[in-house]
Amino acid sequence: MIIKGRVWKFGNDVNTDVIIPAKYLRSVDKSVWPKHVMEGLDPTFSSKVKPGDIIVAGKNFGCGSSREQAVLAIKWAGIAAVVAESFARIFFRNGINNGLLLIECKGIYNSVDEGDIIEIDLDKGIVKTKKGDLSFKPLPPILQEILNSGGLVEYYKKKVKRY
Amino acid sequence: MSTAIEKILSHSIGKNVSAGDFVEVNIDFAYFHDGTGPLIIDVLKEMEVNNIFDKNKVAVIFDHSAPPYNDQSATLQSKVRKFVIEQNIEKFHDIGEGICHQVVPEKGYIAPGMIVAGADSHTCTLGAFGAMAIGMGATDMAYILATGKTWLKVPETIGVECNGKLKEGVTSKDLILEIAKMIGTDGANYKVLEFFGDTIKNMSISSRMTMTNMAIEMGAKTAFIEPDEKTIEFLGRNGKKFKSDRFSEIISIDSSLIDPKIACPDNISNVKSVSEVEGIEVDQVFIGSCTNGRYEDIYEAARILKGKKARVKLIVIPASKSILMRIIKDGIISILLEAGAVIGVPGCGPCLGVHMGVLGENEICISTSNRNFIGRMGAKTSKVYLASPLTAAASAIEGKITDPRKYIK
Repeated sequence: MIIKGRVWKFGNDVNTDVIIPAKYLRSVDKSVWPKHVMEGLDPTFSSKVKPGDIIVAGKNFGCGSSREQAVLAIKWAGIAAVVAESFARIFFRNGINNGLLLIECKGIYNSVDEGDIIEIDLDKGIVKTKKGDLSFKPLPPILQEILNSGGLVEYYKKKVKRY
Repeated sequence: MSTAIEKILSHSIGKNVSAGDFVEVNIDFAYFHDGTGPLIIDVLKEMEVNNIFDKNKVAVIFDHSAPPYNDQSATLQSKVRKFVIEQNIEKFHDIGEGICHQVVPEKGYIAPGMIVAGADSHTCTLGAFGAMAIGMGATDMAYILATGKTWLKVPETIGVECNGKLKEGVTSKDLILEIAKMIGTDGANYKVLEFFGDTIKNMSISSRMTMTNMAIEMGAKTAFIEPDEKTIEFLGRNGKKFKSDRFSEIISIDSSLIDPKIACPDNISNVKSVSEVEGIEVDQVFIGSCTNGRYEDIYEAARILKGKKARVKLIVIPASKSILMRIIKDGIISILLEAGAVIGVPGCGPCLGVHMGVLGENEICISTSNRNFIGRMGAKTSKVYLASPLTAAASAIEGKITDPRKYIK
């Protein structure tokens, strides 16, 4: 499978408070979340982002609070994937659990500029950038299975609930 | 040769596992709060789960919006309250009982050697009790409530050895800030931080909880401190004690050399000595949170504030109702009120920027909490400095960042 999209670039230690500030969390209407995605860093981001776009970031993306709304805000804004040097642990789990494609790819930050079009080849395990191809390790089997199911809810329905 | 965390997991699973293995484990205790609760309930509904795995192994604590600050937060809380009744969860603590990470050990819900899951990133705090306590998101918690299980990658453990006596005016908060500076925001990613050495042995449980609480800020999966007689006394129950006999690496610190520390905006590893930033004016002081809202924190702050007046907004929030009752009983609360403090309802308070002390445009707060991200406590232009309750109290008196040692007799 190949995912191709336009890049939005962010730095190191992008935390879940800037991905979705806490003041928007206690909302009965969940459509509020993607409207404020990345607001802590760029208040105009949600009006610029298009479905299929890709976020590229430095190390430790998604650090901080366990709020799953951070993943949902990104996913529901139409972001196809987040490619980062590394991810914070809880965010990473939350992302896979919600079927959001997260790629840990060393060297990505210095290989792309905002607005570039990059291509993620999931079968070959490479990200194609204007500066060349970068390889990434495939997900461990359990995570692959959860992601392929579409998230942990679907995984549960398929694999666990039947027994 | 295994780490304590490997031993806890091996004991639970019934076979030897080691760092790097993917395992499925039974969860001995799980808890969540009003912040993560509504999403968890939605996910359980999507999963078509009608009954949770074991109501006796689950606690629900309302701490993030306590009391609710608008109609939506109240609506979401009542949704969780309804769930608690439907599922017959008896370990339920409504608004004002305190912060989940404080209430769970105070009530003795956990014990050393347990595998604990909490739908909050600061669940790592409970590593102070010799348990393996992991913070998670809503979907992982829903899966646990449905099955009683979760999957984990067995983590490596970094040993942080702290020896030496902390100087007068220096607390475990200063020590953990110094460690955060050394390790950085992701230096412990996917790993466990285990604190040991005579400094840790001599610490109170409260001080230990301040250490383990901040492990997540360094990316750690959790934190761990070997349990001892203090642990058992605090929890009022015994458990299985595990001890590490190897670490992936050891970081050593001479605690006697540490002076009061402060994490400057907007990164937890941006740590300086208080003396380096003394004089920066502040608009607000917050003493509380799951990092430093315990009795000894408030007691030490009151020692500094006694007979003095705060020049700026001073908000003090006990981490639990039992702590609030204790400061009422022994008169600490009068010292605080006379110093101009506002006492908040036990809970998270303004730490996450939704109520009870949210910061306005360009306001600066010195806080005893654990995060100083951009806009964490309010307006995007506001700033948060993180320090000990002593430094916070001294800074309240002067209205600017102040080394607390001048106020210690």
